[in-house]
Amino acid sequence: MKEKSNFWLVFLFLSPALSAILFFFIIPVVAALLISFTDFDIYSLGDLRRLRFIGFENYLKLFRDELFFKALFNTFYFVLVGGPLSILVSLFAALLLNSKLVKFKKLFRTIYFIPVVTTIVAVAIVWRYLYHPRFGILNYLISFLGINPVDWLGDPVFAMPAIIILAVWKNFGYNMILFIAGLQNIPVELYEAAELDGASNWFKFKSITLPLLAPTTFFTSIITMIGYFQLFAEPYIMTQGGPLNSTLSIVLYMYQEGFRWWNMGYSVSIAFVLFLIILSGTIIQFRYEKRIHY
Amino acid sequence: MKKGFTIKKILINLIAFFVGILTMIPFVWMISASLMKTGESAKYPPKFFPSEVDFSHYIFLFQNLEMTRYFFNSLALALLVTMISLLFNSMAAYAFAKLRFGVKDKLFKFLLSLMIVPGQVTMLPLFLMLKQLGFINSYFGIIIPGMASVFGIFLLRQFMMSIPDSLIDAARIDGASDLKIFFKIIIPLSKSVLITLGIFTFIGTWNDFLWPLIVMTDSSMYTLPVALASLMGEHTQDTELMMAGSVITILPVVILFAFVQKYYISGILVGSIKE
Repeated sequence: MKEKSNFWLVFLFLSPALSAILFFFIIPVVAALLISFTDFDIYSLGDLRRLRFIGFENYLKLFRDELFFKALFNTFYFVLVGGPLSILVSLFAALLLNSKLVKFKKLFRTIYFIPVVTTIVAVAIVWRYLYHPRFGILNYLISFLGINPVDWLGDPVFAMPAIIILAVWKNFGYNMILFIAGLQNIPVELYEAAELDGASNWFKFKSITLPLLAPTTFFTSIITMIGYFQLFAEPYIMTQGGPLNSTLSIVLYMYQEGFRWWNMGYSVSIAFVLFLIILSGTIIQFRYEKRIHY
Repeated sequence: MKKGFTIKKILINLIAFFVGILTMIPFVWMISASLMKTGESAKYPPKFFPSEVDFSHYIFLFQNLEMTRYFFNSLALALLVTMISLLFNSMAAYAFAKLRFGVKDKLFKFLLSLMIVPGQVTMLPLFLMLKQLGFINSYFGIIIPGMASVFGIFLLRQFMMSIPDSLIDAARIDGASDLKIFFKIIIPLSKSVLITLGIFTFIGTWNDFLWPLIVMTDSSMYTLPVALASLMGEHTQDTELMMAGSVITILPVVILFAFVQKYYISGILVGSIKE
């Protein structure tokens, strides 16, 4: 039974999904690339003859656009601070739930995971009120620690940290599941052998747990990075990119340029820069992983 | 030794409990504030529980703010996208797992490489395309781009590869057509992974924001997240009302998750297996 399947049979099974992907994903990607080399805006939408090919002008303009650099900076801030923080919290939660001493593991796992499945728009609205400078419970709770009220979303210094805290809370459960699975795959004998040699807990963690979790850490880093670069709903709901553009993200800027001001050529070039950043980030992580692989 | 062990045990359980409380506080407060009287949640010190339970915000949302419509839009779209994409993805997955054709591996690798392209790149051309077709402000605007997904094909293919060829060959010898093999053998055997992907798709579509925000510009077509974002503009001060809206949006997915946790979590783990 090694002969090839009937061509029409293969065609029948593949064509619905593949034509959907071709027409509604691949062709739009190519079209986006082409549009990014034009000055497509609201005027050319009315009259296509006004559309001009302008080469790399949109990309060159991005280099001179202070607002774009602001969005770039904010997004990297979110990814480079929020990403590692998310992964650390996930790892911490996984170690906690993997401990033999903890009771009601399943219940805690469910509770920790719930934020992951909830609607980001709704939780961003809830957190907007939690962060309220006067009535929010967050300021109320930290007042017991002797901390003065913080204008979380109204202060350019605190707005991005506030969004990072929300993102960590919302997402840590996802990577936690992956880390728990990774921890359970580590052979118990390794720990037993280390214990016979009188190894400390910290030594076991550093020399057994972390190295053997490396593949999981690598995978979670990549998916977290890719997801975090696409930051949009949190600033859209909580700050509209403010205050003083301190939470304007790449995708939010792309959305505003494209779908609010209809600078379509420009907007699409922003989307392509995002793509290139995500691609480079992924390649860098793969390189790095090869270097540390055991 | 024994005593140190007990203290450690108490401490670690307390930490687990504490993390659980921190995770739940936003939800508890959301539900609680949604049941408070207008203005009661904007007090200092903040109140954690309503002085008396008040359902009026829920009633107002459904009676005056068209919540029924948004709920129906969200539900219908999530169900339609889930059913259509499950059918299309599973057919393609079957071809990649079990049929034999020349370009199979290359084509599959090409599809996987598409996963690195963020969806935002396609949004503007897709919007213009759907506008030409008259699908803006219509269910088609959300269903069409959601009909198939590379991740879905990947997940189902991984599972279908584990179905023994001998089962398929035996059915073929008995004279079953490939369509029959697909619907009577492959689909029933893949039930668990289909449920997993179905839940992923349903929850993903329900929660999606950016694309519905772009395609649904007429308020009668809003999904719940888009409606909430729009309500936020007009009712920023109505904390209790916004919390009731958030509860209505979040509750269905949380209830669904509570019932199907096992499938959802196994899906995360299968999805993470590298090629």
